Amino acid sequence: MRIAIVDESAARASVIQEGLASLDDCEIFVVTERRGLVARIGEIAPDIVLMDLGNPSRDVLEEYFAVSRALARPIAMFVDESDDETIAASIDAGVSAYVVDGLAANRIKSLMDVAVRRFNAFARLQSDLDEARGRLADREAIDKAKRILMDSRGLPEPKAYAEMRKAAMDQGKKIAEIADAIITAHKLMGGK
Amino acid sequence: MAEELTIGFLPLVDGCLPILAREHGFAEDEGVSLNLVKDVSWATVLDRLLYGHSDAAHMVAPLAIATTLGRGRPAQPLSVPFVLGLNGNAITLRSDIARLVGAEGKLGDPAKVGAALAEVVRERAAAGSPLRFGVVHRYSSHNYMLRYWLAACGIMPDRDVEITTVPPPFCADALEAGEVDGICVGEPWNSVAVERGVGQIVLATAQVWRRGVEKVLALREPVLAEKRGTVERLIRAMCRAGKHFVDPANWEANAAILARAEYLDGDPVLIRRAISDQLLLARGGEIVEYPDFMFQYREAANFPWVSQAEWLYTQMVRWDGLTFDSANAEKAARVFRPDVYRSALIGTGEPLPGASSKVEGSLRQKTSVSTQQGTMTLESNAFFDGRVFDPSHLAEYIAQLG
Repeated sequence: MRIAIVDESAARASVIQEGLASLDDCEIFVVTERRGLVARIGEIAPDIVLMDLGNPSRDVLEEYFAVSRALARPIAMFVDESDDETIAASIDAGVSAYVVDGLAANRIKSLMDVAVRRFNAFARLQSDLDEARGRLADREAIDKAKRILMDSRGLPEPKAYAEMRKAAMDQGKKIAEIADAIITAHKLMGGK
Repeated sequence: MAEELTIGFLPLVDGCLPILAREHGFAEDEGVSLNLVKDVSWATVLDRLLYGHSDAAHMVAPLAIATTLGRGRPAQPLSVPFVLGLNGNAITLRSDIARLVGAEGKLGDPAKVGAALAEVVRERAAAGSPLRFGVVHRYSSHNYMLRYWLAACGIMPDRDVEITTVPPPFCADALEAGEVDGICVGEPWNSVAVERGVGQIVLATAQVWRRGVEKVLALREPVLAEKRGTVERLIRAMCRAGKHFVDPANWEANAAILARAEYLDGDPVLIRRAISDQLLLARGGEIVEYPDFMFQYREAANFPWVSQAEWLYTQMVRWDGLTFDSANAEKAARVFRPDVYRSALIGTGEPLPGASSKVEGSLRQKTSVSTQQGTMTLESNAFFDGRVFDPSHLAEYIAQLG
């Protein structure tokens, strides 16, 4: 079975690819370039195309499937109406699938199950990463604000931190927000 | 407790009414809390609608009919209780071709531009590189308007010229790269191409059909039945938004709202031009005013005329190479729901026409029409070639078009 993964995010495409590699008898092609997409799909002649819902080229690809006689067998959105649950799960996960007519339904279902799991796993990874990045940025801001207080008011480090924590509690804000406010104020007052 | 509705949209100027209904609190006043979901392809807007991520969607009108008739996906009946606007698209040609068709500094006469274009088409076909046009979707008014115009000028789409799908944000790129020679797209994307100096606007689609149906608000039929009351409140809020949108006093503010990152994420100057019927046709040129370039409110613009759904069906038959089928024609006609529009606005100050269907293209001048409520004067709704669409003779109309 020839599977094309079309995704402008190379990182996500590789996560999906890795998951599908565990399936038997699958040849996987990854397409991350928008330009020349339709020609590339023509060359690959896939049995299944997986494409993320946020891909702006979806309408282009659907047009190609609708009118192209280049593909030997017609490709349609998903399998058929009977497998609505699989389709709904894939839409929830953010992936659309185009499947060559006449492919065995059970094979598609197991493939889609893997694809959906990998999409969801990638989304989780992404949000973990965003959170971690946010935490890192917070810590940097807090350190910087702490140094400003230490320098400008001659406070020892624990005291500077305690003042920020108290301000956060009094104002019902996060300590990182207080830190941002200190940094902004410091900049406005001509500090570096 | 406000009832929630989730509406999917694409970042285009004509997605304005649901956005403004929310931003100006019109929806809230009606007890509706709007949640707007932005996507980048019509396919995804449609999928979210079909699989319940959204209750309603900003949609190219022919796609609502195509989905109901099962073109491209398993058939699912959609309903359109409200038209989000008429026209608002333009045809932009690569600058060298725009010069050849003699449409510089002004919007051309559609028949003359078409005749000149036919020459270019013949030359390019003879040279083995036929002209290529980009439209935003196979089932879009853009595609049908462009094809209507070309065919009426003796240029046969798919035979003399190629027409391909290009997502709106990439239209200017495609012109620049020479992937297409012309585009038919909504705003702000023609203006983006002009600003980048890669194309010139030669026609507004309002010149092809003076009152052509464009985007609609579409829902799954069962969702409309289930949320009928909420949808009617939304319709009232969007009518108010339409009235606000067309008032010159609000152009600046509304352009600024639409330009925001969560909506169009675009240039407020270009958006304001589209809203105010001002078009810069070529870089470095003068701004041209073209009245009713977009048409969001007057003459009950949002009324879902059954005849408009039927016209779209005739074009689908024509360009998809289908055989006319009266059962499908009826299904297509039923997609537009004037009954819902009427029940939403009865007792308000909004005019309601007496009829739900009309002979499209028959008016050449201001004409008073009978109403169910209020007074209504319709202006010209002509097709540029003078042809008239009588919805009681669908098969004959298709046959005449050839």
